[in-house]
Amino acid sequence: MLVTESERMRDELAALARRYGRQRSALLPMLQAVQRRHGRITPTAMQVIADLLGIHPVEVYGVVSFYSFLSAKPQGRFVIRLCRTISCDLAGREQIARQLENDLGIAFGETTADGMFTLQWANCLGMCDQGPALLVNERVFTRLTPEMVHGIIEECRALFGVHATQAAEEHVV
Amino acid sequence: MKVKSAHEGPLTFARMEPEAGLQAALRKSRADVIAEISRSGLKGRGGAGFPTGVKWNLAAAARGERKFVVCNADEGEPGTFKDRVILSDYADLVCEGMTIAGYAIGARQGIIYLRGEYAYLRPHLEGVLAERRRKNLLGSGVLGKEGFQFDIEIRMGAGAYVCGEETALIESLEGHRGEPRNRPPFPVDTGFNRQPTIVNNVETLAWAACILARGAEWFKGFGTEKSAGLKLFSVSGDCQRPGVYEFPLGITIAELLKEVGGEEAKAVQIGGAAGQCVPRSGFQRRIAFEDVATGGSVIVFGPQRDMLHVARNFLEFFCEESCGQCTPCRAGNPKLLEGVELLEQGRCSTAYLRELIGLGETMQLASKCGLGQSSPNAFLSIVEHFRHEIMGRAPQAVRG
Amino acid sequence: MGDDITRQAETRAPRSQQAQKVEAPRAPADALGATVGVEIDGKKVKVPFGATILEAARQVGIRIPTLCFHQDLCIAGVCRVCVVEVEGQRTLQAACAYPITQPLKVRTHSPKVRRARRHIIDLLLADHYGECYACSRNNNCELQALAKEYGVDFFRFGHPERPRYAIDASSHAVVRDMNKCVLCRRCVRTCIDLQEVGVLEAIGRGHETKIATFLDKPLAEVICINCGQCINRCPTGALRANDPTDEVWAAIDDPTKHVVIQTAPSPRAAIAECFGLAAGTPLTFQMNTALRLCGFDKVFDTNFAADLTIIEEGTELLLRLYKALVEKDQGAALPQFTSCSPGWVKYIEHFYPEYLPHVSSAKSPQQMFGALIKTYYAQLNRLDPKNIVSVALMPCSAKKFECNRPEMCASGYKDVDYGLTTRELAKMISEAGVDLPAMPKSDFDDPFGTATGSGVIFGATGGVMESALRCVIEMVTGRKVENFYEHADIIPVRGFEGVRYAEIPITTVGPVPELVKHLVPDWNWLKGVTLKVGVCHGTANAHKVMEDIKAGGKFSECHFIEFMACPGGCLGGGGQPIPTTPEIRAARARAIYAEDSAYEVRKSHENPAIQRIYREFLTDGPCGHKSHKLLHTHYVARGKYIP
Repeated sequence: MLVTESERMRDELAALARRYGRQRSALLPMLQAVQRRHGRITPTAMQVIADLLGIHPVEVYGVVSFYSFLSAKPQGRFVIRLCRTISCDLAGREQIARQLENDLGIAFGETTADGMFTLQWANCLGMCDQGPALLVNERVFTRLTPEMVHGIIEECRALFGVHATQAAEEHVV
Repeated sequence: MKVKSAHEGPLTFARMEPEAGLQAALRKSRADVIAEISRSGLKGRGGAGFPTGVKWNLAAAARGERKFVVCNADEGEPGTFKDRVILSDYADLVCEGMTIAGYAIGARQGIIYLRGEYAYLRPHLEGVLAERRRKNLLGSGVLGKEGFQFDIEIRMGAGAYVCGEETALIESLEGHRGEPRNRPPFPVDTGFNRQPTIVNNVETLAWAACILARGAEWFKGFGTEKSAGLKLFSVSGDCQRPGVYEFPLGITIAELLKEVGGEEAKAVQIGGAAGQCVPRSGFQRRIAFEDVATGGSVIVFGPQRDMLHVARNFLEFFCEESCGQCTPCRAGNPKLLEGVELLEQGRCSTAYLRELIGLGETMQLASKCGLGQSSPNAFLSIVEHFRHEIMGRAPQAVRG
Repeated sequence: MGDDITRQAETRAPRSQQAQKVEAPRAPADALGATVGVEIDGKKVKVPFGATILEAARQVGIRIPTLCFHQDLCIAGVCRVCVVEVEGQRTLQAACAYPITQPLKVRTHSPKVRRARRHIIDLLLADHYGECYACSRNNNCELQALAKEYGVDFFRFGHPERPRYAIDASSHAVVRDMNKCVLCRRCVRTCIDLQEVGVLEAIGRGHETKIATFLDKPLAEVICINCGQCINRCPTGALRANDPTDEVWAAIDDPTKHVVIQTAPSPRAAIAECFGLAAGTPLTFQMNTALRLCGFDKVFDTNFAADLTIIEEGTELLLRLYKALVEKDQGAALPQFTSCSPGWVKYIEHFYPEYLPHVSSAKSPQQMFGALIKTYYAQLNRLDPKNIVSVALMPCSAKKFECNRPEMCASGYKDVDYGLTTRELAKMISEAGVDLPAMPKSDFDDPFGTATGSGVIFGATGGVMESALRCVIEMVTGRKVENFYEHADIIPVRGFEGVRYAEIPITTVGPVPELVKHLVPDWNWLKGVTLKVGVCHGTANAHKVMEDIKAGGKFSECHFIEFMACPGGCLGGGGQPIPTTPEIRAARARAIYAEDSAYEVRKSHENPAIQRIYREFLTDGPCGHKSHKLLHTHYVARGKYIP
């Protein structure tokens, strides 16, 4: 039986709407749930969500495009966010940045061809006393050295097939 | 991560008896709870420094069927990480503070707005909440108090510093872009879903719980007349002992630097990117609301640091984090950054620098919210105090 | 006053941009209705609790410049141009958004304020690519006006040398040039909040923020209905209509082409505004002279086709009523919806395609006329239709889309070649060196010269309904409308209230007129029937009515509903002079109704030219075979999904 991506998305979103409600304040939790599961928010998802909440698709797009952690474009399985704010900067984030680019073979803002890693800048992760720091999805790594970069990337690869943050599933609110 | 105190031993938060504040609060009337907070002189610990008692009073007096207590855990100010520590180690105290606030203003619902970058704290916090519900510290009839029900839910941020601004935070909760609102009216009157809402910093709520436990007089015993109490500071940068510290407000910068091992500093950024850059000549100044204020962020710059690079870093931050709504901030921050680039290349005339200073002053006055109003601060203070270092540079490759 | 298209409490727009009235803190009970005394620039004034500083200043005749503020829209408070100094506050406050709840002292032009305003203009200019000379809003641009007012004579913070954005000219109707956008959010508030179509929104963050469509698609690929309300409210040249004047000039200059133009009532009531005259100064007959001087070969009156629309659509309504009431056919699609507003047509095609059967199959007057010109008129004058270039002067931006709809070629050629807006014609007239207000009056050309007052009122909301009712009442009762409504002014369907409802009881019936005698035997089945009609303008109100119909409410029991996409009706169309305000629209309406009053013949079926065309050309009668071929159309179920 042919189940299209859009049908699957519709079912998933209907379930999210049952959980979070259909008022506009459900928008961010719904988008975050979709982002977690799919790594992006597709045009179909945006339109279905808009329909469920009684708003316009362009408003959903406006919200997605505003927040750094939401993306309309596909992202890698692992999103690496390196802090570039002053304390991490003073602690040597430039070196870490170069090493990440070297080891991944991409520049900041890009995604590896195998769809595994997206490399992005982040602003102050709140680890200023132990920088440089980065996030891989929801995990934080601190006191980075260029030597550590390789290990972090390999650890992620080893988790391929299991989402890196699949410690607990969705948190019931 | 090292946690130190000016006193011997652990932080005040660690020495609080669990639920002592909540129990004391529930024995008082709601008005008396607010009076205790007002008397203590507690002011917001997130950076804005608004008197907490006044905020709670306004919300208590406001008319609304459903009021809200929001804990602002969107700690995004560069150099600030004390809320992360508080939530990791003293989450119960924060929840206690929220519950006390709920009781005081007549709210049944609390929301912790947790920044997306701290998502790894969520399981821990959910666990704390679940435990509190089990112990009847949340839910209906909290601690047996008839008619008082209060619960807390966690809502996640999604990577936007501006959502630390209380009205932008509320917009985010309501499912919008995090664009601050026109004020007045203020959230205490018209907040989340148009209901009276108080938005308090994590640390403020924790202190509120302590104050109800130990009393307003105890709290007022620390700090200065205009800046009562103790404060947590997150210290980073060029110092020997970075970490979270607890000091009374009113401590001088020099005293703080001695504690953290940063006496060689060339400058200290007090208040994060939105704060002031204080040169050595200002180290006798007090860290307090009446002098140089901070939400906790203290970044130490050693003698070798290029202050123009610091200015660039902060302005890049604001260009990225500005919500884009109002003209002065959206268009002004890139202009200031462009000015820094000109200075880096030795191509900024004195006349144009004066224009940029004027622009910074306009941004401080005309921007729609605190982000735009404070984004020029670092640039202006660096230009003022380090003029000699930033002018007349030889052109060099621009650093990323 | 009382232009009720303005929004009340619950709107879609984010909290930060909500509420037509600024949200004042809830008034303490004893303050309701209270006034507050404030002092502005030394002048004392008492204002109602919750009034804004801007309103208070206006009360004492102090002008505070604004940019993002617009009377029709909710408060934004984003441009910061209107900032003022409020005593006791460190920061400057936006006058448009600050509610007065206690006594204040305000200074509107202090040194800090002047400097701040100047900086804001300088910042906007630093992002504003393009030169005023080469811009459609030269001399009618709010940024230009502010720059002049603040004595800008150099670019303090620079000026862009290169455009940041590509121009989106994909749509026939609306062209977007984001290089000129000042991010005032008026278009967003118009599209999401006023019209509830929701095509435009702020996308991105910080300096990367831009106004864009869903997924940044070209405008033609999203659900834009082409109403152009965004254009009317845009303060700069960032939004404009898709301008065909070069092609029209080329046709005029081509000696082999016979260029005809039909003019609609709303442009005639408004074009004076482009020449510095007060809103509501009609220049209908001066315009005829001007058009001929520009080189148009013939000038026709769209009102003729409006009368034709009434006959066709009125007959269609009566036939549907017959089906429902006599044949008891459940499939008779009632209420019938008007179809002359192409913005409304596209709206229902996208948002309520399941209700398309309700839309009248009659074309709009513009398109009916186009089909007739290249058949009837061509034959009468022995012209080859392929040499006829048919131009329509409309208040409308959506008509540019309408005339390009693939099915609009019933004549065998493109029925209407170009839709020209009021603004574009004003440009052509001034290019031709013609001083429009000073022109002598002249008549329209035959064979379509004769029009009636009922054609004229199409330009105002409620006008189509009133025309249709005048016709239907007389046809059915056999008595003059003046017996039921004084002077034949059917007041219950007039006015600017967003949604209107009226009941017309049919107490007597008369003989069936010659024109439709072959369609119904008698009118007895209508005796005792109360005709229920509705009128709405602005698509937000169309939305309300459609939801009411879906829910089985009052409007589902109506027989006929007039829908206009634009607030105010056509007189507020996307092609009309800029700016638009409730007062201006009211003035245009007054001009239109005045013109109607001045006509001798005020009912469509009494128009001798109409009678003639049914005799000579549309010989099967209204809704007959020939009419269907030339004057009726079908619609496309588009839906909302954007692939």
